[in-house]
Amino acid sequence: MKNFTKGLWKNHPVFRQLLGMCPSLAVTTSAINGISMGLAVIFVLFFSSLVVSLIKKIVPHQVRIAVYTVIIATFVTIVDLFLKAQFPEISRVLGPYIPLIIVNCIILGRCEAFASKNNVRSSLSDALGMGFGFCWGLFILGSIREIFGAGSILGIMIMPANYNPLIIMILPAGAFLVLGLLVAVMNKIEASYKK
Amino acid sequence: MKEVIRITSVLTLVCIICGLLLAVVYGLANEKIEINKEKRIEKALAMLAPDAINVEELTIVTETIYKLSNQNKNLIGYGFIASGQGYQGKIKMLVVTDKLLEYIKGIEVVESLETPGLGAKIQKNPFKNQFKNLSITKDITCIKNDTPREGQIKAITGATVSSRAVVNTLNKRIKEIKELLNKN
Repeated sequence: MKNFTKGLWKNHPVFRQLLGMCPSLAVTTSAINGISMGLAVIFVLFFSSLVVSLIKKIVPHQVRIAVYTVIIATFVTIVDLFLKAQFPEISRVLGPYIPLIIVNCIILGRCEAFASKNNVRSSLSDALGMGFGFCWGLFILGSIREIFGAGSILGIMIMPANYNPLIIMILPAGAFLVLGLLVAVMNKIEASYKK
Repeated sequence: MKEVIRITSVLTLVCIICGLLLAVVYGLANEKIEINKEKRIEKALAMLAPDAINVEELTIVTETIYKLSNQNKNLIGYGFIASGQGYQGKIKMLVVTDKLLEYIKGIEVVESLETPGLGAKIQKNPFKNQFKNLSITKDITCIKNDTPREGQIKAITGATVSSRAVVNTLNKRIKEIKELLNKN
């Protein structure tokens, strides 16, 4: 249980470990993009951790990263093909993000730092915790950027009609601004909690 | 030496298993993916030219052009695929024009890898609708500011490259189609 909850807050992959910055910053132009990316990452993280944890004894130390990368890439490609075949509409929206998961360092990071050293059960709860943590992090990032940058949330307009969207929030610079502020907020909450 | 063999064999084995797994999944999925792509073009065609009851596939050399006609079998326009390099990858569009190739009836992006939130807006209505009834007797031009006049398209803010790519691809392709149909 502790392995699961630590990813949700204390060791939050995005706001605490600052891992997976590339997808976190690149895809969070809207809330739905964030959620979709999060869900795909949960799937890949879950199965990669499972396999890595199962084969940890037979993988030679020197080539472990290469092996993990091949495993992760395989699961990502499976997700990609599955979505294209079964859910072409979702696949069209997510299109370019899916292959990006391969280079998401959260997955490689968790495989290397956790799944390769722990048993299957803890590895899976760690993977799920980190996955859901990543998912909510991206959802918040995406929501804030969408509200200010497009005036809507999940595609529904919420700002008044005469609201002039802050284009910068949708542009890459906006991602850095929001991320920085969120990390600061997380630190502040954590600090006051400790006192 | 023994270590080298062990490392190599494990790595090879992992790659073979993953490769096989992917081959199986690909084999299962590929047929459906192709059908989905065709369906997507059919759907786009139906959306852009709802009055086209008859769609005839015209093959000139290697190119496919859809000849569209209404219920009285009168030619009402042409449909064709235009694809070109976008910001991140290929942009593939379906274009429907009138029968004299004087104006565009509409475009629909079938495939693209443009940046979500920016370039990907080429698939959205505000941008797409600019092409409705757009004159193509001359080249289409893409402008950044000002209000677009006849034969002009306003680029998406923050995605000028994608917008230009769409316009350039269309210009090039429309010329090709005009030549093809003239020859025919």
